[in-house]
Amino acid sequence: MENSDRRPDRAVMRLSPPDNVAVALRPLKAGETVTLDGVALTISRNIAVGHKLAARAIAKGEIIVKYSCPIGTATMRIAPGEYVHTHNVESNYLPTYTLPE
Amino acid sequence: MLAGYLRADGRKGIRNVLVVAYLVECAHHVAREIATPFRERGVHLIGFPGCYPNDYALAMMERLCTHPNVGGALLVSLGCEGFDKRRLARTVEASGRPVRAIGIQDAGGTKATIAAGRDWVERTLAALAAQQPTPMDIDELTVGTICGGSDATSGLTANPAMGIAFDLLVAAGAKTIFEETGELIGMEHLMAARAANPELGEALKRTVGKAAQYYATLGYASFAPGNADGGLTTIEEKSLGAYAKSGQSRIDGIVKPGIAPPRNGLYLLDVVPDGEVRFGFPNINDNAEIAELIACGSQVILFSTGRGSVVGSAIAPVIKVCANPETFSRMSDDMDIDAGRILEGRATLPEVGREIYELVQRVGNGDPTKSEALGHQEFILTYKSFEPLGPACLPIG
Repeated sequence: MENSDRRPDRAVMRLSPPDNVAVALRPLKAGETVTLDGVALTISRNIAVGHKLAARAIAKGEIIVKYSCPIGTATMRIAPGEYVHTHNVESNYLPTYTLPE
Repeated sequence: MLAGYLRADGRKGIRNVLVVAYLVECAHHVAREIATPFRERGVHLIGFPGCYPNDYALAMMERLCTHPNVGGALLVSLGCEGFDKRRLARTVEASGRPVRAIGIQDAGGTKATIAAGRDWVERTLAALAAQQPTPMDIDELTVGTICGGSDATSGLTANPAMGIAFDLLVAAGAKTIFEETGELIGMEHLMAARAANPELGEALKRTVGKAAQYYATLGYASFAPGNADGGLTTIEEKSLGAYAKSGQSRIDGIVKPGIAPPRNGLYLLDVVPDGEVRFGFPNINDNAEIAELIACGSQVILFSTGRGSVVGSAIAPVIKVCANPETFSRMSDDMDIDAGRILEGRATLPEVGREIYELVQRVGNGDPTKSEALGHQEFILTYKSFEPLGPACLPIG
């Protein structure tokens, strides 16, 4: 994570140039618009600190890249600014276990 | 400058703990009763619950009872269990430490054993109190690192900050150990590129491959539901954050539980058992990993958490580095370092890394960590089996 240009007022950050996801630096509210590298993204649902959102349109089957590393595969098309998590990404190694609702 | 208790093997401990060790679950209650009145006086309870013998558990107990932070050991057995108590007692005695083995059946039951045990602990504590710490350098320190209760902030703040602290420790000549190969799945190629030589690089990849296969057989990755609640989507994303704890230094070797790094530098602890899957999950919780880091000689543990773990450990102080600013605001009593400031723009990674490095030295000089002051002394040891280290695992010469 680059810190040389750390600005506390930023809402989201792309950790590394090739990344197709960004991370929330503060809680994001549904409906708000944030700016990522000069591009406006509309947030479709609340996103907690550290959680991911699409930095651009991601196709189904595309590798999710964070901090230049592959972290899984998109199981559906993901729009820019959309929340990226277990509902639309799966592991390329071992399935993610979550508790039943 | 740190302060350490010099042991006969030349190592120094930053604490002078007396351990009370039960050698089967049947002796657990009696051992706990012996230790409880001395809780505030550096008496820690450890033990192994199984009745069947296990080479790994015996080696772990030998390493733990002769750990540099340990000044003496009381061994409490029932009497009929499979644990080789005579070998453990001989090992502790040969290390120059006071040791006493009590069998509950021989001693005459619960009450008699508790009385005899407390009497021995009281007298031994007086002897330990007479020992004086001597000056100690950073290069006499072994530091282990672990993450627990991770969330998506762990890999952004606390883990890379601990990685910077690790780089500073390596540069100062310390021995450093990172671990949980099951949480390095997906990082194997990056890690191999940092190996001291190509053979070690291949060995590093094999350890992660072994972990992936082991966890696949068991049906679950080393990934808790809370990790997903905290924004981590896959095991490889968790790995990406966990891997940052290792810093940027060259990787000098691989060790297994109970094997101390032979010289200064950065080592991977291979925690996943060898051979066919036996005895269940490699480490059933964070404290099982902490016990192994300690058995490799770690005198202090760096623990990063995003969701908010509260654990400490028997034998070695645990420094808690909190990754998530919201968690820190709720649980600051349990946290030594507020790394979430990085996310809020109130501190930089190098600043927090330096802060951790300096805290390691203060803890090494006797300052209690938060979990230590709160009385946390968690400990767990379960069955495992390992083959000896392969030839490529340690530096030659």
